[in-house]
Amino acid sequence: MKRAGFASRWLPILLLVPQLSIILVFFYWPAAYAVKSSFYLQDPFGFGQTFVGLENYASLSNSAEYFKVTNFTVIFTVLVTFFSLALALLLAVKADKVIRGAKTYRTLLMWVYAVAPPVAGFVGLLLFNQRWGPLTEFFGSLGWDFNLRADYFDTAFAMVVVSVWKQVPVNFIFFLSGLQSIPKSVREAALIDNRSASGRFWDVTFPLLAPTGFFLLIINITYALFDTFGVIDTLVQGEPGNNPMTLVYKVYVDGFRGNDLGGSSAQSVVLMVLVLALTVFQFRMVEKRIHYT
Amino acid sequence: MAQVTLDSVRKIYPNGVEAVTPASFQIKDGEFVVLVGPSGCGKSTLLRMIAGLEDITEGALCIGDNVVNTLDPADRDIAMVFQNYALYPHMTVRKNIAYGLKNRKTPKDVIAQKVDEAAKMLNLTDYLDRKPAQLSGGQRQRVAMGRAIVRDPALFLFDEPLSNLDAKLRNQMRIEIKALQRRLGVTSIYVTHDQVEAMTMADRIIVLNGGRIEQIGTPSEIYHNPASTFVASFMGAPPMNLVGAEMQDGTLSFAGLELPLASSMRGPVTLGLRPEDLIIDSHGPLAMEVELIEELGAHRLLHGQVDGQRLTVHLAKEEQVALGPLRLSCRVQNLCLFHPETGQRMDGGFAFNPAQTRTEERV
Repeated sequence: MKRAGFASRWLPILLLVPQLSIILVFFYWPAAYAVKSSFYLQDPFGFGQTFVGLENYASLSNSAEYFKVTNFTVIFTVLVTFFSLALALLLAVKADKVIRGAKTYRTLLMWVYAVAPPVAGFVGLLLFNQRWGPLTEFFGSLGWDFNLRADYFDTAFAMVVVSVWKQVPVNFIFFLSGLQSIPKSVREAALIDNRSASGRFWDVTFPLLAPTGFFLLIINITYALFDTFGVIDTLVQGEPGNNPMTLVYKVYVDGFRGNDLGGSSAQSVVLMVLVLALTVFQFRMVEKRIHYT
Repeated sequence: MAQVTLDSVRKIYPNGVEAVTPASFQIKDGEFVVLVGPSGCGKSTLLRMIAGLEDITEGALCIGDNVVNTLDPADRDIAMVFQNYALYPHMTVRKNIAYGLKNRKTPKDVIAQKVDEAAKMLNLTDYLDRKPAQLSGGQRQRVAMGRAIVRDPALFLFDEPLSNLDAKLRNQMRIEIKALQRRLGVTSIYVTHDQVEAMTMADRIIVLNGGRIEQIGTPSEIYHNPASTFVASFMGAPPMNLVGAEMQDGTLSFAGLELPLASSMRGPVTLGLRPEDLIIDSHGPLAMEVELIEELGAHRLLHGQVDGQRLTVHLAKEEQVALGPLRLSCRVQNLCLFHPETGQRMDGGFAFNPAQTRTEERV
């Protein structure tokens, strides 16, 4: 490949400066600040701080509530990632087969993509409303007394449903374009080689979608861990009480509602390390099994 | 192995376009048939209907003794080689070749044996554990061939398999495919737009134009007895010369050429002359103005005009020529006459009788 060169040594650096300064100001600086404040105990009224070393971390590791939230976050992330990927893949495979009215069908499926997470959460509130929510009524008719914000399990259920619903369109778009980039003749060759449609899917289509799938896996885990904040905040309306919440929401609640900036910083540092480790693990373990064309 | 019969097979797309008008022909067991025509002539559609990748709108398709119209491609006992190879990019060469057998519940040791045999036959033994992306175009094409032959199908289908290869490799693979087909004796249908491939590989050629079959015949029949001006100009490089001539009182006249014909036809006709049937002859009736000489080593092509109409002459390398005026005669036996408007062959009913011509063979 031909290497394009710059006339001046400083021009490429200059061109990188805007991007680098954005990362610096909005990521590295706050991250460094979080690490620093995780070693301090802040006065709740803002009159100063005391260095406490690893005490914030120690109290985290002793907190039963923190472990409960961690557990919920893991289950929540697994469920949201799995269902939003699986549903999107199913819809994309079906949409790929549609010939008539394909455009309308696809547009309708992508629509939800334009909805902001808090709005999605609000729609969830309406759907699961205690008195007149259509889904609550439906569950009632099945004998399930659905109680949003009163029952731990029911609230968790609503959070997963709304988060999945919000994420499916994004995955759908990627899966559909992934499917359409598989050469037609490769699929036709499979049609001659294998009479079973599900066999063809798992042997040919799925492995060729794997690069898309891997990319979406990382995007979806990040979504479930962080971007569902808006959905959760709307559903529990800022007061989680005994309701389930994820780690990132607990960082917010402890730091800004509970004014425990040190403890909250320690939590966000732990979260950062966990996500970093997870991403490294994914690239090391999962990516090896993927064939990029 | 099997024979293939098409009975008025027709294709109309949902948008109303008739891609293939009712086509009927029979392919004998072990025969190598080439479907040839310009792009958009319906040759690929016809092949894909035989493969089961396109629905058949009307008519019946039989492979062996069974009507297979509604069978899935996998149940038709066919194997297909695609233009862009269509290898599974995530599988090794070995897995690519074995995939069709694996899905037909073939025992593992039989698969291994067949894959090894095919790999040996195609010189792929050293590449069995590579992925398609690590192979050259010719090797990929051989893998596609291997995938087809391990299945021992009743019918091979080739969809322009050589058009992605460079010219040299194309000549080599052409011979390899033909030799392989001879050896295996599998009935084959081969689609191409390249008339050289059609002429050299086919037992029989089917020439298609605009969704219609123009002619079915052996390469020699197609070349020497084209059924229409389309076939005459499509097959052969350089193509047949087609010039306007006149029929009157049992005589065909073109420029200085006058031929007695046992026919009462009158009026204009299109006269077809193969470039190699024109001969330099200082006493010949045709006066040609040579404008361009194409040197091809083994022979030469002269381009020029006779009586204001373009003509190409094929010359052996020994003959000396220069630009400018030249006199020609022609071999009468190989002349073809076509209807000036429909382009259909007209001289089916009468022969050029050398006894009636003024000189024996030449005019």
